[in-house]
Amino acid sequence: MSTLHTINKSPFDRNSLDSCLRVISDSDAILFIEDGVYAATAGTSFAKAVKAAANSHSVYVLGPDLSARGMKEDGIVEGVKVVDYEGFVDLVTEYDKVNSWL
Amino acid sequence: MAKKFMFVNRKAPYGTVYALESLEVVLISAAFEQEVALVFMDDGVYQLTKGQQTDGIGMKNFSPTYSALGDYEIKDIYIEKESLEARGLTLDDLQHLVWEDEDEDWAEKDSIHLVSSKELAAVMADQEVVITF
Repeated sequence: MSTLHTINKSPFDRNSLDSCLRVISDSDAILFIEDGVYAATAGTSFAKAVKAAANSHSVYVLGPDLSARGMKEDGIVEGVKVVDYEGFVDLVTEYDKVNSWL
Repeated sequence: MAKKFMFVNRKAPYGTVYALESLEVVLISAAFEQEVALVFMDDGVYQLTKGQQTDGIGMKNFSPTYSALGDYEIKDIYIEKESLEARGLTLDDLQHLVWEDEDEDWAEKDSIHLVSSKELAAVMADQEVVITF
């Protein structure tokens, strides 16, 4: 069963991204929302891990949450795809379940 | 219809209300006869430490409740090895949780499974619902 993992906390504040990456399965995807979007921005100390994740999984970031924080869609880690709210809904329906990391 | 529920506990017990809230949802889910499995990872492993004494902080010590999980037919409690080791703990530091097997004259069996991240990933993938606290 495939899982969409949503991460809503900055990786600098919480370890949810690290923990998610430890237990993620091959058929799973990650979606960064709310403060989680900072993990998708280029040049951070987490960029390498996110890029690696994007090589083996689908990794998405919610555009409106990036924009709200002054982060540019062209300044994100290579391989990460931007989705809008409709795309968010599509992802939720595409995967068997959602694991909402706190 | 029963579904396979997994509750993932990642927070230490008294600093926030997550651990207690999770325990309540776990017991409610089990009471509604869902197939419930638990995970303790990250600071969640601290929820199961032996010898918690909360008199001094004016909060209810809810740790004895974990020993009732077996009576709710909760037989699968996964502890992530990496989280336990990172905190300098071993299974001996945690409560010994068991369930009684009706088919084997109520023999006590271990509920706790010490698993690697990789093993945990496989068990998680197999669930129908995963709720993380």
